[in-house]
Amino acid sequence: MTSEALADMPAVETSGLTKVYGTGNTEVVAMKNVTLRVARGEVVALLGPSGAGKSTLLTAIGLVNPPTAGRVAIVGQPVLDGERALVDLRAFRRRHLGFVFQKANLIPFLTAAENVQIAMEINDMSPRAARHRTMELLGYLGVADRASHYPDALSGGQQQRVAVARALANHPGLILADEPTAALDSMRGRQVMELFRKVAHERGAAALVVTHDHRALDVFDRTYEMEDGQLR
Amino acid sequence: MNLAIRDIRHNFGRFALTTIGIGLLLMIVMGMGGIYRGLIREATLLVDRIGGDFWLVQGGTRGPFAELSRVPATLEDRARAVPGVASARRFVSHTIQREYRGRPLRMVVQGLAWPQDNGDWLPLIAGRPLSQAHCEMIADRSLGLPLGAQLKLGKDVYAVVGLTKGMVGTGGDGSCFFTVSDAMAIQFDQPGEAVRLERQARRARVEARDLGMVQPLLLDRAAGPGAGIPALAAPRVSAVLLTLSPGANAAAVAATCAAWPDVTVYSTQQQLKLLLAGMVDKARRQLGLFRVLLIIISTIIMALIIYTLTLDKIHDIAMLKLIGARNGVIIGLILQQALLMGALGFALAYWLGTFAFPRFPRQVVIEQRDLLVLAGIVVGISVLSSLLGLWKAMRVEPNKVLS
Ligand SMILES: Nc1ncnc2c1ncn2[C@@H]1O[C@H](COP(=O)(O)OP(=O)(O)O)[C@@H](O)[C@H]1O
Ligand SMILES: [Mg+2]
Repeated sequence: MTSEALADMPAVETSGLTKVYGTGNTEVVAMKNVTLRVARGEVVALLGPSGAGKSTLLTAIGLVNPPTAGRVAIVGQPVLDGERALVDLRAFRRRHLGFVFQKANLIPFLTAAENVQIAMEINDMSPRAARHRTMELLGYLGVADRASHYPDALSGGQQQRVAVARALANHPGLILADEPTAALDSMRGRQVMELFRKVAHERGAAALVVTHDHRALDVFDRTYEMEDGQLR
Repeated sequence: MNLAIRDIRHNFGRFALTTIGIGLLLMIVMGMGGIYRGLIREATLLVDRIGGDFWLVQGGTRGPFAELSRVPATLEDRARAVPGVASARRFVSHTIQREYRGRPLRMVVQGLAWPQDNGDWLPLIAGRPLSQAHCEMIADRSLGLPLGAQLKLGKDVYAVVGLTKGMVGTGGDGSCFFTVSDAMAIQFDQPGEAVRLERQARRARVEARDLGMVQPLLLDRAAGPGAGIPALAAPRVSAVLLTLSPGANAAAVAATCAAWPDVTVYSTQQQLKLLLAGMVDKARRQLGLFRVLLIIISTIIMALIIYTLTLDKIHDIAMLKLIGARNGVIIGLILQQALLMGALGFALAYWLGTFAFPRFPRQVVIEQRDLLVLAGIVVGISVLSSLLGLWKAMRVEPNKVLS
């Protein structure tokens, strides 16, 4: 597959995703027959009440919580068929996916810059090139001056922006964000959302963002709503 | 980017304290091993150093170290007549406890077969060997006697003319070297009154018999020195030490002496075995067992430390896996840190030991071989306990980060 062909592919496409937690009495159907499609360059919100199955869907697409049934294809490549992995999931994650969560989850013993750089070095980028791109990304996200600080010396908003920089490190085709702004004030929250939009539009990535924040919905190209494990 | 180094740099205080703890623990393990080796070294030191080929001891005994042995001093002359024997020396050894300047002084009195042996084979660190047949001694440094010190033992005063280093008896007490006759004088010294009473008793015994009645001259003899009475035995020594002439048939010499009913022959090797398998055996096993326990306990402690350090990082490991880090990155983080901790702890233990161990009252012998084994154990523990942590780390689900 050439990169042009890849570019035409949807960033993510799922069909019939179902997730059942536990068995027998404790069985919970967290996600039922979810089929969705996000194109490259698109920023899509995923809305829904707590317990609707949003995180379950996101982690299934994120290749860390395989579905009980259904298929996932990312950047045109089939990756999951039910619980069965069709590719090396960890390698696929580091090449094509970027994650952002409610908490920044930065590694506490690495500086802001190192937290971003490690993601690139893991993906076999040379340390020199990685340092260069890290500074560029931190500059793009407006935290270049905090590069050599440890996470505990950064504000919540700064931490989250470093986490976004880390998610963008390897030019992912798809960014998955699970309530990324829940811990931020509305202004900072909006900034982060706009950042996803900017990245998606300028760099051709897609973003699927779980959010409760209805004030920032205008940032998104499209929204999905989820309830009781199903998309509406 | 080396994650282990960065983690250490960021949590330096914790790393340093943990490493110091491991270092102190390893120092104790090292020291226990050294005490164990020291016990063996001290037990065998004299037999090793004195350099004879065969020991003639009292028949049927396992002397002169493991038990008491008495042989006549004239055995020396008999042994010299055996073909293949280059020299025979009397060996006298016993432990005495006296006082010097108000503190107890426990020392092993060793006799040197003057004049063939003046102690020039001793590891002297100051002074000189013996140069006269009486009233001189060579003392071990551990006794704390200065060069030139005067010591009254028995009826004579002895001057310290030489100092040795590390010459101790099987019990760890410092050795003192005298000529054989001085050593025996110290051993058999009796107060004048005891001598007078013994002569009186002897005279009374002779008077009570017919012999004393018909030969009154005998009464005068009985009241004189014991050495002047033919029927009384010559003073006895602990053992006689044989040195073979070059090319002599050792088996033949041993067979000849073994045929004498009043003595038993041991080679130097057998003598060493008697010491280790008999005399210090229980102490050795006691220390050996304790040492094994210490190693097991420190293994568990180190394993726990490294395991908990890994558990502390489980969240970060989950994050690393989520962003796609290979197992090698995670293994490197845990294993490098564990190995570094083990290596630094080991070095610290060794370094502290060089200050602490020489101050112990008995020898602490740190052998290269023991160090290597301990180093191997430390590496093994570091790897094993990291594996334990890794086993946990490899199982951690990346979506743990979400909750
Ligand atoms: N590991 C799990 N084991 C069992 N049930 C789970 C697990 N994770 C989530 N669930 C259940 O699945 C449902 C969906 O959860 P989740 O996807 O976290 O919802 P949301 O993110 O929309 O709040 C909930 O009822 C939740 O209790
Ligand atoms: Mg959720």
